Amino acid sequence: MKDEVTSREERIENLKGMGCSRKRVEDARFTQGKGNYVDDIKLDGMLFGDFVRSPYAHAKVVSINTEEAMKVPGVLAVLTAADLAPLGLHWMPTLAGDKQMVLADGKVLFQGQEVAFVVAEDRYAAADGIEAVEVEYEELEVLVDPFKSMGSDVVLREDTVDDAGKPVDGAHGPRKHHNHIFTWEAGDKDPTFEVIDAAEVVAEETMYYHRTHPCPLETCGCVASMDKVNGKLTLWGTFQAPHAIRTVVSLISGIEEHNIRVISPDIGGGFGNKVGAYPGYVCSVVASIVTGKPVKWIEDRMDNLMTTAFARDYWMKGRISATKEGKITGLHCHVTADHGGFDACADPTKFPAGFMNICTGSYDIPTAFLEVDGVYTNKAPGGVSYRCSFRVTEAVYFIERMIEVLAIELSMDAAELRRINFIKKEQFPYTAALGWEYDSGDYHTAWDKALKTVDYAGLRAEQAQRVEDFKAGKTRSLMGVGLSFFTEIVGAGPVKNCDILGLGMFDSCEIRIHPTGSAIARLGTISQGQGHATTFAQILASEIGLPADSITIEEGDTDTAPYGLGTYGSRSTPVAGAATAMAGRKIRAKAQMIAAYLLEVHDDDVEFDVDRFVVKGAPERFKTMKDIAFAAYNQAIPGIEPGLEAVSYYDPPNMTYPFGAYVCVMDIDVDTGTTDIRRFYALDDCGTRINPMVIEGQVHGGLTEALAVALGQEIAYDDMGNVKTGTLMDFFLPTAWEVPNYETDHTVTPSPHHPIGAKGVGESPHVGGVPCFSNAVQDAFRAFGLRHTNMPHDHWRIWKTANELGLHG
Amino acid sequence: MSKKQHYTITVNGKEEEFLAEPRELLIYTLRERLNITGPHIGCETSHCGACTVTIDGKSVKACTMFVAQADGKDVTTIEGIGGPDNLHPLQNAFKEHHGLQCGYCTPGMITRATKFLEENPNPTEEEIRFGMAGNICRCTGYQNIVKSIQAAAAEMSAVREAAE
Amino acid sequence: MIPAAFEYYRPKDMAGVLSILEEHGDDARVMAGGHSLIPMMKLRMADVGHLIDLQDVEGMSEIDISGNTIRIGAMVTQHDIIDHHALSAAAPILREAALQIADPQVRYMGTVGGNVANGDPGNDMPGLMQCLDATFHLTGPDGEHTVAARDFYEAAYMTAREDDQVLTAVSMPKPAGGHAYEKQKRKIGDYATAAAAALIVKDGFTCASASIAMTNLSDTPVYSEAAGAALVGTSVDDAAVGAAVAAMLGDIDPTEDNRGPIAFKKHVAGVILRRAIERAWSRA
Repeated sequence: MKDEVTSREERIENLKGMGCSRKRVEDARFTQGKGNYVDDIKLDGMLFGDFVRSPYAHAKVVSINTEEAMKVPGVLAVLTAADLAPLGLHWMPTLAGDKQMVLADGKVLFQGQEVAFVVAEDRYAAADGIEAVEVEYEELEVLVDPFKSMGSDVVLREDTVDDAGKPVDGAHGPRKHHNHIFTWEAGDKDPTFEVIDAAEVVAEETMYYHRTHPCPLETCGCVASMDKVNGKLTLWGTFQAPHAIRTVVSLISGIEEHNIRVISPDIGGGFGNKVGAYPGYVCSVVASIVTGKPVKWIEDRMDNLMTTAFARDYWMKGRISATKEGKITGLHCHVTADHGGFDACADPTKFPAGFMNICTGSYDIPTAFLEVDGVYTNKAPGGVSYRCSFRVTEAVYFIERMIEVLAIELSMDAAELRRINFIKKEQFPYTAALGWEYDSGDYHTAWDKALKTVDYAGLRAEQAQRVEDFKAGKTRSLMGVGLSFFTEIVGAGPVKNCDILGLGMFDSCEIRIHPTGSAIARLGTISQGQGHATTFAQILASEIGLPADSITIEEGDTDTAPYGLGTYGSRSTPVAGAATAMAGRKIRAKAQMIAAYLLEVHDDDVEFDVDRFVVKGAPERFKTMKDIAFAAYNQAIPGIEPGLEAVSYYDPPNMTYPFGAYVCVMDIDVDTGTTDIRRFYALDDCGTRINPMVIEGQVHGGLTEALAVALGQEIAYDDMGNVKTGTLMDFFLPTAWEVPNYETDHTVTPSPHHPIGAKGVGESPHVGGVPCFSNAVQDAFRAFGLRHTNMPHDHWRIWKTANELGLHG
Repeated sequence: MSKKQHYTITVNGKEEEFLAEPRELLIYTLRERLNITGPHIGCETSHCGACTVTIDGKSVKACTMFVAQADGKDVTTIEGIGGPDNLHPLQNAFKEHHGLQCGYCTPGMITRATKFLEENPNPTEEEIRFGMAGNICRCTGYQNIVKSIQAAAAEMSAVREAAE
Repeated sequence: MIPAAFEYYRPKDMAGVLSILEEHGDDARVMAGGHSLIPMMKLRMADVGHLIDLQDVEGMSEIDISGNTIRIGAMVTQHDIIDHHALSAAAPILREAALQIADPQVRYMGTVGGNVANGDPGNDMPGLMQCLDATFHLTGPDGEHTVAARDFYEAAYMTAREDDQVLTAVSMPKPAGGHAYEKQKRKIGDYATAAAAALIVKDGFTCASASIAMTNLSDTPVYSEAAGAALVGTSVDDAAVGAAVAAMLGDIDPTEDNRGPIAFKKHVAGVILRRAIERAWSRA
């Protein structure tokens, strides 16, 4: 038998389990143009729906005349709020406990808001129909600044005030003003203020984390198909959380959940854009019910950038206190959060500002206080986590900037300031001042490795020489050394404190082993490029001893996959990955009993070894998992049911806390504001590494999205609430030409509570990358007196910084 | 709506005849009329390159061409570059070197790369980055795309040399 | 993004083009590569009832270099320019500039004619043609006309071309001396924050002649005669370059947009021009 001559190492290699750079199984179809994305779906008689959108940011909708539109050949229906109101569908609940207009109900609150839905035989007729709909608007005063909004008499949302005009409570408590959404606090206010007031050194800074957008290459869209004969609704769509969408559709439409099938096919990138529920989904479902035909809705790029799911827009004011030697004693952060016209943040219910309370970062800060005020403005709704766990990018940016500002205040090296304040290895599990229990970490080791690899001292010497040369007129280029050390909080999350719309944030895996020793596993998550079909099979291969190549991973079909909360916030590996391992262990437990029976020994006398159970002390006596699978189905075993299947619903005991150390070396042309990234070093510790190749790919991608955000990508509005960055001419997505090569590195600190010790990595490079790029820009100007300047650091803003520092003579 | 016209386009070696409005964009002709869904739509303003096809020897963004302009032309999409039995070296290299993640930009990326390597069979890294700058990828950060193209170029060179 | 419906024509000769233009007046538009017009039509910002595709019209795709004159047909693409060895040898500034336009795919479709005739201040070729003192060849119902590139642009999208005329070619004297096309942009595919075209002829150690034009710093391209004049007779030393930059700054009139405020654009225009002059001089 082949097995007998195969070494243990070869058997391990054959499995392609955890730790190997297994090539991706998804790639065959993608490289041959055979992916199946939602816009590839074509059904008999399928109609197209598209929106009439508001050109104004704030206006009363006086009238909508659809008469001419209905005359356009091919146009079948034009839906307005008046049509949806009798069904109770003209508004819908948001994930943040607010509600949002599906179609303009008497007014519009942001430019691009959905006003009417035109349903036609093809996209051309729909586009012509949109042109023919006549909408009369009466413009209202526009509020694009959250601070002005909080002081304005203009009531943006009538449902925020009572008949007397007094603010009524919102979903997260009392309102301070009619345009105020919520206040959320963490930590201890008075003790923190006392510490800061009494401190030897205090650094204060206000920073704006600008509004941007996840902008996956594929926009959002869906196909709704109501089968009136069977009463079944099938909804294909770009959903990062298909099961949650099914539940939401059921709750708002009244269709029973078993009659709804939601399918996420291949998804062309998500990055948080595809977590929420959008008016297009609701209108497509209604249109399909009304017409009895399948209805497709696909955003164009302008719709996408202007309406679905912005990210950030956080005004953060910080105070950090320390001893003269640099030991941090306290931190205070106040955020004014601009949520736009509706609060459609995608955060766990109890966390209206997400996990912003991870803003003490990687540092042992004894006392801290965070307060966040959410505000309505005339901008698009959203506030999603763009390639990060909920608001973690904001939190990490905040603390990594505050550290730099404190270093300036202390005239200290920023790397050293970090080092003396890191939480020490022996302090884990560590309970932070704002409440989280960090599961594990070894920050000093990672930091020392990073600084040594880049020759940090050498870089600082080179930088000092550059400053001298600049002052002597020998160069017009400055050099920045950007540092960041981040701790993420991912894997939401424990059901005891994490839910979305009441849905607990566990996740799931169901495994069926086939008689011939291959398998299918289904999960509650959905890949958008992360390579789940490759990596989850590797987890299983190691757990159950069948080759990854013999295991199919399937996600995204709510009729077949077990319930789960989907893929975002780096939760797939921490939660569904854990469920996969746990389900695998159930398989293994049953396999052990079968093996023992087949080997005619007691259950406890066999042990698992790579791909088989062996008799303890007699490794020549074994049954492979393949043998066991066959026996499970084909041999009557007393006391054991036939079959080999398992399901696990995993409720994580804690979040996971990946961390990393990044260094960016950048040259800046003071005269043109252009930047050149000379070197970028990224050390990530995501715990146990499942597939190094996939991890490296995630790091490259996340860093590139970070580069974009830090150096130019923004959703900008003018004073009238017009979006100034609605196409890819102005919304910065870097090409291969603008992107450097990255050096990747790692340490491994497994999560103590995760079954395989993995922590998640997809978002780390974005979370750690943004402050690293930004710090590099700001560090270049430190010698000339810069404390802080806001992102994005595009050419003109860098030029302005240089100009204000008097560097243009 | 304007009157439908008769058009003939050769796509991946097959002559296709049909009636369409002249304003139909070539990308929709391919995707919706001919069910060739490899090329994708990303930006619609000729910035992202997800819709890249080869037309009469040129890399073209099919979202910015009317079907009427393509009448009489020869179009190659990712489907015509290689299939299960005759994978193109670029298709192999992208798989081997993790040159893709969500896969949405990949057909346009590989289609552009075939033309690029035709014009520059032994490119430097800088030339690859410049020659591929009409295609946006949101997932990979390009590092492994560059690596994939370098690997394919090396393989194709080796094959050429062996043939000579 | 779906354009409104239109009638489409693909005439084989110029007579065919002109008769359609005559019949439909300003409701008709000619189109070369379409990479400026089609996005505008898709956004429904350009309303075109009758679209005349020039791709089959004979005699518009040639590059002729004879004696001291270069003639480039309106349908010659940026890719053709980059790929044409004789042209690159005769007028290397054309290749240097074309490589900085848009991206590879767009350069296969984007034409010289479309780029110069559209009147978009963001386009690179108009300023370049002014620097090269090119002549634009227009054909209309009254026959052939020529207009100097330096006289062609009136305002954004407003040119000396009448609605019933077609720009068929550009011609220019073979440039002498050193050249440079310097462009700052936010990324590949972007228009210029500021761009400068410079041609400098050297006589011994002094500048014999200089031609300078700027792009996307006004509602038209800006040929800065004064900037060129500031260099002539000098050794193109720091003072002369400073004077040229100062003269250029007097001729441009940038507006604020997403690329930055006016002060920034003026500053960058100065830096870019300085670099263009230095490079052109080093090659002269």
